[in-house]
Order: sequence, then structure tokens, then C-alpha cells
Amino acid sequence: MQSDPLSFIFLNAFLMNNFVLALFLGICPFLGVSGKLQTAWSMGLATTLVMLVSSICAYFINLLLIGFDIEFLRLISYIAVIASAVQLIEMSMKKLSPSLFRALGIFLPLITTNCAILGLALFQTAKEYNFMQSLAYSLGAGAGFILAIVLMAGLREKLELANVPTIAQGAALSLMLAGLLSLTFMGFAGLDFK
Amino acid sequence: MTSTQKSETEITADTFLAGIWRENPVFVMLLGMCPVLAVSNSVINAVAMGIATTFVLLCSSALVSLLRPFIPKEVRIAAYIVIIATFVTITDYIIQAISLELYNALGAFIQLIVVNCIILGRAEAYASKNPLFKSLINALGMGIGFTLALLCLGSVRELLGNGTLLGFSVMAADFQPWVIMILPPGGFFVLGAWLLLFNWLKERKQSPQITTALSQQA
Repeated sequence: MQSDPLSFIFLNAFLMNNFVLALFLGICPFLGVSGKLQTAWSMGLATTLVMLVSSICAYFINLLLIGFDIEFLRLISYIAVIASAVQLIEMSMKKLSPSLFRALGIFLPLITTNCAILGLALFQTAKEYNFMQSLAYSLGAGAGFILAIVLMAGLREKLELANVPTIAQGAALSLMLAGLLSLTFMGFAGLDFK
Repeated sequence: MTSTQKSETEITADTFLAGIWRENPVFVMLLGMCPVLAVSNSVINAVAMGIATTFVLLCSSALVSLLRPFIPKEVRIAAYIVIIATFVTITDYIIQAISLELYNALGAFIQLIVVNCIILGRAEAYASKNPLFKSLINALGMGIGFTLALLCLGSVRELLGNGTLLGFSVMAADFQPWVIMILPPGGFFVLGAWLLLFNWLKERKQSPQITTALSQQA
């Protein structure tokens, strides 16, 4: 795994193993915040920011944990770091852009419980990525998340005009759409240019 | 006064049953979707995930409920997450000790139980406000509801995608497996189909005149 070039790691997290559509990470915001294109876009950006920050923190914490030989504390320390990173971004967003803060509402603190972020930290540890590789991985995962949620929001905005049977409205339809998107993304699985 | 207080602490059948049907975490509240979709590609994985989550849910609900007078309101979420993460770490090591095969099949999703919204949601909305025994009963109901939902998905996906149930071959010999069902898109499709079924049943229960009137309007 050490020899993977950065571009491959980025594309792998972005398309081939898209966090949302192939690995099922971060489904809650994917289904919950994809009603409007604008909100989806800001949610994607906020999540990417948290991903980047927590990925860097997780890398150094992992070094520290290995140094002290207390790897069993990994999960607890990762989640604590993610929670504080989210808190930090929440406070700065409240100060810098109150309108965005209001638009994201309840979903901002919920980034803490977005599995994509903890998943990213755990995967980069499991794959033993070095610092630059972790960075590329988190950027790819973030870009993949934005791509998935923005595509979904665009589709759902169009579907609001469609005449859908009452039983299929809401979550059922969103899930079917997500399935189709996921099917499309499977096409990228064959991509290989090492 | 006494009667309302009594009803608040009383344990009714609903305390337990709410999680299984009326407030089913997966089918009604749409919480904890990530593990539901990811590990439901076979019955064994689905049940193991359900049991692991129920275990964490029970333990963390009990501890949160017991510690409820001592946790300051401002840091409660952080405290809950640390409690949950502790139990998930324990579960992680237990599963690793019991079956390495299962551990590899479930992958990172055991550790990701920490960020399962159901558990944090129960801690915040229920265990932090209710006494120990009532929280435990409610958590057990929610856990069973979650496991049942996983089972619903897992059995359909394994049956159609692999032609087996619990590893035993049940389909006719010339059955062509729908491989798509055990791949990621299948998870979305099967869950969507279950939701469609429940919506349909719900609509049928309502009076038929209203539904026809609505459909004519639309």
C-alpha cells in the first residue's frame, strides 16, 4: 500500500470506492440534507473541511498512540478529536457566515456522528498511509462526498416537479435514486491506471 | 401530580414495543442507515451486527441512565460519546476473540457503531431522562427492532444475491443469482422496496375513499 501514487489514492476515494455510494459511509446527511442544491453544497464543503482537519489530527494521534503503546484508546481519541474539530468549525462558521450556519442547522453538530469522518480516520490507519497519502485520501473522500450529495440534490430538485405515486414519495424514492447512482458509480470500479 | 409522575416512571408494553414497530429505528426513523446498508449482504453478518449494536445500546443506555445526575448539561454529548466508544471498543475486542472470520467480514463497521445515530439518539432522548430499568427495556426494544430490520434486508439480499439463506442453498439448482443484490446498489434497492411495502400497507389501512379522492385530485 505504501507505493500507491497520490493521484491513485485520490481517485480511489473519489470515484472507485466512493465513500457514500460504494462504502455506505455518511448515508444520514446524504439522505437528510440533499433536498436543496445550495444546502447540499455547503454541507459537502463543511464535511470536507472536517474530514481534512480530523484526518491530519488522526495521523498525529496515531503516531502518539503507537509511541505510548496504547492503541486500544484509538477509537475514543479519534472520536474526541472529531467532536472538537466539528465544534471548532461550528464556532467559526457562526462567526463568519451566520446565514450558512442557520441553513445547515441541526446537521452541523451531526457531522460528528457522520460515519464517513470516523471511517476515513480508521481506514487511513488500517491502510498505513503516510502523511501525504492521508491528505490525498481525505481530499478524495471529501470530493467524493460533495459529488454524491450534489448529484443527489440535483436529482431530487428535479423530482419535486414529477408526479410520483404517494406511496413512493419521500425516503423510498430517495433510496431508489441512491441505488441507481450507486449502480452508475460501479462503472468506475474497473478504473485502474497504476 | 402523583398520577402524572406515576405514568412517567411506569413501564408499559409500549416502552418495549415502540422500538420494534411504531418507532422502528430503521424503517420509521431512518436512523443508522450506514451499517444497515453495508453489512446486510448476508443473514449472518446482519444478525451479528444487530446483536453487537444491541449490546452497545443496552450497556450505554444503562450507564447514561445511571450517571444522569452527575453529567453536566453542557458536556453531555461528549460524555455520551466517550461512554459509547468505551463499549464499542469492548465489543470490537470480543468479536475479534470469538470469530476472526466474522470480524473481517464486518470490517470497520464494528468500530463505526460509535457513530450510529440510534445509540446517541437513545442516550440523548431517552436514557438521560428516564430511570435505569425503563431505559434498559426501551433500549432492548430498539435493539431488537434494529436487528429485525437488518434481518429483513439481509435475508432478501442473501436469498436473491446468492441463492442461499444462512449459508444453506435454498433456491433451485438452475437459479441464477442476482449478483447486484449483494453489491452496494442492492442495499439501496432492497431498503427502498421495504419502505415502499410499508407505505403501501399504511395507505391501504387508511379509508379507501380518501385514497381514491386523493389520487383523483393528483
